[in-house]
Amino acid sequence: MARFIVRRSLSAIALLFAVSVVVFGIFEVIPSYNPARAIAGRNANPATVQEVSHKFGFDKPVYIQYANTMKLIFTGQVIDYQDDLNVVDQFAHKFPVTLSLVIPAALLWFGLAVVFGSISALRAGKFADRAVMVGAILGVSVPVFLLAALLLYVFAFKLSWFPNTGYSGLSNPTQWAYHLILPWIAIAALSIGFYSRVLRSSILDMSTQDFVRTARAKGLSGGQVFRRHILRNSMMPIITMFGLDFALLLGGAALVTETVFNLPGIGQYEAQAIGNLDVPPILVGAMFTAFFVVLFGAFSDILYALLDPRIRLTG
Amino acid sequence: MAERLLDVESLKVTFATEDGLVHAVDDVSFTLDRGEVLALVGESGSGKSVTVMTLMGLTRSPNARFEGSARLRGEELVTAPDEKLEKIRGREIAMIFQDPISSLSPVMRVGDQIVEQIRAHEKVSKAEAMDRAVNLMERVGIPRARDRARSYPHEFSGGMRQRVMIALALSLSPSVLIADEPTTALDVTIQAQILQEIKDLREQSDSGVIFVTHDLGVVADVADRVLVMYAGRVVEQGTLDEIFYDPQHPYTWGLLGSVTRMDRNPPHRLPAIPGLPPSLLNAPVGCHFRPRCPRAFDRCTEVPLLESRVEGTPEHVDRCWLEVSEKRRRREVEGRIGLAAGTVA
Repeated sequence: MARFIVRRSLSAIALLFAVSVVVFGIFEVIPSYNPARAIAGRNANPATVQEVSHKFGFDKPVYIQYANTMKLIFTGQVIDYQDDLNVVDQFAHKFPVTLSLVIPAALLWFGLAVVFGSISALRAGKFADRAVMVGAILGVSVPVFLLAALLLYVFAFKLSWFPNTGYSGLSNPTQWAYHLILPWIAIAALSIGFYSRVLRSSILDMSTQDFVRTARAKGLSGGQVFRRHILRNSMMPIITMFGLDFALLLGGAALVTETVFNLPGIGQYEAQAIGNLDVPPILVGAMFTAFFVVLFGAFSDILYALLDPRIRLTG
Repeated sequence: MAERLLDVESLKVTFATEDGLVHAVDDVSFTLDRGEVLALVGESGSGKSVTVMTLMGLTRSPNARFEGSARLRGEELVTAPDEKLEKIRGREIAMIFQDPISSLSPVMRVGDQIVEQIRAHEKVSKAEAMDRAVNLMERVGIPRARDRARSYPHEFSGGMRQRVMIALALSLSPSVLIADEPTTALDVTIQAQILQEIKDLREQSDSGVIFVTHDLGVVADVADRVLVMYAGRVVEQGTLDEIFYDPQHPYTWGLLGSVTRMDRNPPHRLPAIPGLPPSLLNAPVGCHFRPRCPRAFDRCTEVPLLESRVEGTPEHVDRCWLEVSEKRRRREVEGRIGLAAGTVA
């Protein structure tokens, strides 16, 4: 276990380094990119731009610029070029919003996917199965921005069951949930469909295994066979998917939902930064995502090893 | 007379597939008494596994149809509701499966798998069930059973895994023990050990054993009575001696002829039965063995009844139209019983 943690940590460091270099490098080769101009303001004269460029070190060689930026990031002093705000503070401020959005949505989609996938597999070929599968295809194929807009239109605008947009802090849990229910549904819909389909086929596959036949031959009831032998072994594929999807969403992949519902989370912040070609937030965001991908990759590997004793943890 | 455990009568199992109806088991009847070992012999796909799995209701599915009856001490199994079968499975009828690596759950400790079976049928504490599981494992020759109960199946060798499987099957002292090719996946020395284990168990308990195999060497070793199946039908049934020394059906001759024997001079070439078993989707009219049988004649397009044809042995039945004297003459090949692709009589 210690060895596993050390090896994963080393690979995380290597990945963060690679991601930061690539992101930093991209902005070096973008033709019209000139951060000094952005900082100096719209009507700055060339002399001012020159001055800014010198002050921020944009006239220095790339690797020095990179080293300086990294130093600023890891000392928590990095500021964005657009608004002169501390990027790390911004992340700290916006991350709770993203967490509030993603964690309940993830629980929702994982739980419902297990329920729907199981129903679908147990009733394979029957009406319930078809209904679930049609729903799944709808969920997978409707784009998030459309679904989010539809939810807003129907439930917030027409029926007024939920507030229009916006975020309310966790200090008032009722208001918090009230504001977030529609965004949760918008995020979960796609994954519920996808996960339940994957789980369904995994369950059907597992049901024909010899050890499931043995479980029946032991005299276990249908429910016991399903819970103890089929379902547990069928979870692997969706656990892998879950680790990755969850990490990406925490890193800002929920940007469409955050934008439509006007939730000031990481995704929205990142989207704005990309629109402004604002390197520091983009860089921090990319590293943030990479960090979560490594972290949750390790978590799902640990979960694997717990679920299946044949799997050994390797770095 | 020993107690009659199983009474199977005209059992038919039909599966509806996309390509049509498959008559996997076609009119199979047999009985099993206490303390008896019945061998079910036949090639892959002859319906032997489907027959025994049907007894436990393991072949039930929306596209399977069952006819006939199978009674356990008078209680009907074929039409029994699932809840009733669940009580019988594992407790009254237990099964040792062919491939012990895939037949044990890979993610459960072996002790827990045995405990699970005990607790499915008896209200005992986990600790008590575990003590029994450890005793069972010791009984089937697993050393350091207390420690080994905490291991997973992949941490056992093939032979040890099959011992676990046997311990599992024996955990509730079932009256009927079904062994479905229990030694097929094992190497020969382990096979011998496992067979010895099963023979010992039969002496210690008085359960009836159904031994499914295609290995006649194994049959000669363990069986009291033999049932030969071909393409879903019983083609011959009798005591071990009747089947081995006076086989009536050409398919049985072929099976016997294709066995290597240590006690005779080896034949020129080890004979095989020509051709392939028929597809059960489109079985030949009449005797199913007809297309592969060098002794086939006109009458074979009519399904032969399963009846006693040898005088004085009413229990020895077969499905072949040939005269007994004719059979006895024709089955000699190079000084031993076999099926020669020779001139048709």
